[in-house]
Amino acid sequence: MYRSFERYQPGQSPLHRADPRVKVVVTFALIGGIALTPTHAWPAYPALWTLVAGLAALARFSAWRMARLGAVALPFMLAALPLLITVPGPAWTLGGGIAISQAGLARFVAILLKSWLSVQVALLLTMTTSFADLVWALGSLRVPGTLVALIAFMVRYSTTLGEEAERLLRARAARSAHAEGRPAGGTLFWRARVAGGMVGNLFLRSYERSERVYAAMLARGYAGEMRRLTPPPLSWRAALAGAVPLLWLGIVELAAMLWWQ
Amino acid sequence: MFLKPILAMHIPDGFLSAPVAIVGWLVTAVLVGLALREVRDRLGDRQIPLMGVLAAFVFAAQMINFPVAGGTSGHLIGGTLVAVLLGPWAAVLVMTTVVAVQALLFQDGGLLALGFNVFNMGILAVFVGYAVYVWARRALGAQPQAMLIAAALGAWVSVELAAMATALELAISGTSPLDVALPAMAGIHALIGIGEALITVGALAFVRQTRPDLLGAPSAGVARQSALIAAGLVIALAIAFASPLADSDPDGLERVAEDKAFIDKAEDPVYEVLPDYTVPGIDDEALTTIIAGVIGVLIVAGIGFAVPRLVRLNAPEKVRQQQ
Repeated sequence: MYRSFERYQPGQSPLHRADPRVKVVVTFALIGGIALTPTHAWPAYPALWTLVAGLAALARFSAWRMARLGAVALPFMLAALPLLITVPGPAWTLGGGIAISQAGLARFVAILLKSWLSVQVALLLTMTTSFADLVWALGSLRVPGTLVALIAFMVRYSTTLGEEAERLLRARAARSAHAEGRPAGGTLFWRARVAGGMVGNLFLRSYERSERVYAAMLARGYAGEMRRLTPPPLSWRAALAGAVPLLWLGIVELAAMLWWQ
Repeated sequence: MFLKPILAMHIPDGFLSAPVAIVGWLVTAVLVGLALREVRDRLGDRQIPLMGVLAAFVFAAQMINFPVAGGTSGHLIGGTLVAVLLGPWAAVLVMTTVVAVQALLFQDGGLLALGFNVFNMGILAVFVGYAVYVWARRALGAQPQAMLIAAALGAWVSVELAAMATALELAISGTSPLDVALPAMAGIHALIGIGEALITVGALAFVRQTRPDLLGAPSAGVARQSALIAAGLVIALAIAFASPLADSDPDGLERVAEDKAFIDKAEDPVYEVLPDYTVPGIDDEALTTIIAGVIGVLIVAGIGFAVPRLVRLNAPEKVRQQQ
């Protein structure tokens, strides 16, 4: 069975019920604020983490679970690893002629912390907001309607086409017998060519499905515009609730830039 | 089951500095805005379900992998394939949707980094891949496999260039030194690009066999347009690559003015958008020069797009007045 990839965890916590528009704006603001933190402002990182952990608690997720999930982007740290030896300045010498630059290490650790915190913030949005709410929030935040419609279509059909792809993969696996000690399959080029053919096949099925979808939409009165309910006005309470994490972020960033550097 | 290959191309948050990420959002917003207008002008309302379902197709097609060696597997990124099938403007929207959903729903790439992630995989890869495809197809002429060879070239170049752009963005952010990141990214993606080229060719060969009606020849107007945009993007990248290496000698007139001591007499303009080609509020000189360069290129490109467009908009009115 094909699994849905959606990370949404249904729930009734205050964070689940918060206005999705406010959640989207606060998420972007927090990630932007985290990016602005100066490298050497070390007290800022635990302070920002308390904010993440507080929001997680509000969503009834354990901080430990968020901390673990936040590590998904860490393999990318490979890209920042050379900083340890290339940044000029005072360095600690290790055995074998390797010197770890102090400034490089500081920058490397700061990048990892920022990445880890940002991923947790993004996850909090995804885990507490259903996809329909997220699309609705993007639309009311003036993301162009065409893009919002495409995003909605993509998510709606990624499960369907994902299952289609699984069927193709299963069919290939069923015809790929191999026995111990005997060479099986063709060359790398041949294998790639087969995968390409399957992608082409999947394209045709998707194309034909889109024609059926369009016909069905026409049948229901589609005239080039997606119809949506008018969004309810943003309540003062929802906006104020969003201001609290932003205020905390502002205080942390101010302190980081003025005193903690 | 779903072991995600470490796609070195989806930059997570934290790895781009805030100013670099904002430049990425600006550039991407302008180009995606243009794509939205182009698609609305050229194509009908039936394109929306088509593009939406094809965005899901790219997502599902990335599941179809093939074993390479040592437990790694190759799979599709998709920019060039979609550009050949739908044309570059629609492909920009499809790939933008794919990258945005990957970031929003699966944390595959950051939200602040989304600007440059869309730019690398959805704009640069699409236009460069398509421009190379069109050029190679024309250069090969009557060669029976011209279309497939051209698509392979386009796919490989698009992956390679997107990887190099990623390395550049990381380097400008101070995350990864350029002399390490560039060869590493370019090297790995030279191989990944071969996988991309093979799958793209396999898919197009299959479509040509079964539904040749879906594969038209690229129209001259779109081909020229995308060649121009691809060239513009590549030049902008080249400028960004070169600028920190450029020496700090003042340019000719300024040098003379300093020597002859009349530089004090020079008056500042009444207002400056980018004083001394630097962005106010950012200390790192190389960084600000690059950002200023990118903004400058964008403004020039924007004017370059706006002027012909305005002329075209006005043209029918003039005709009417003459009648």
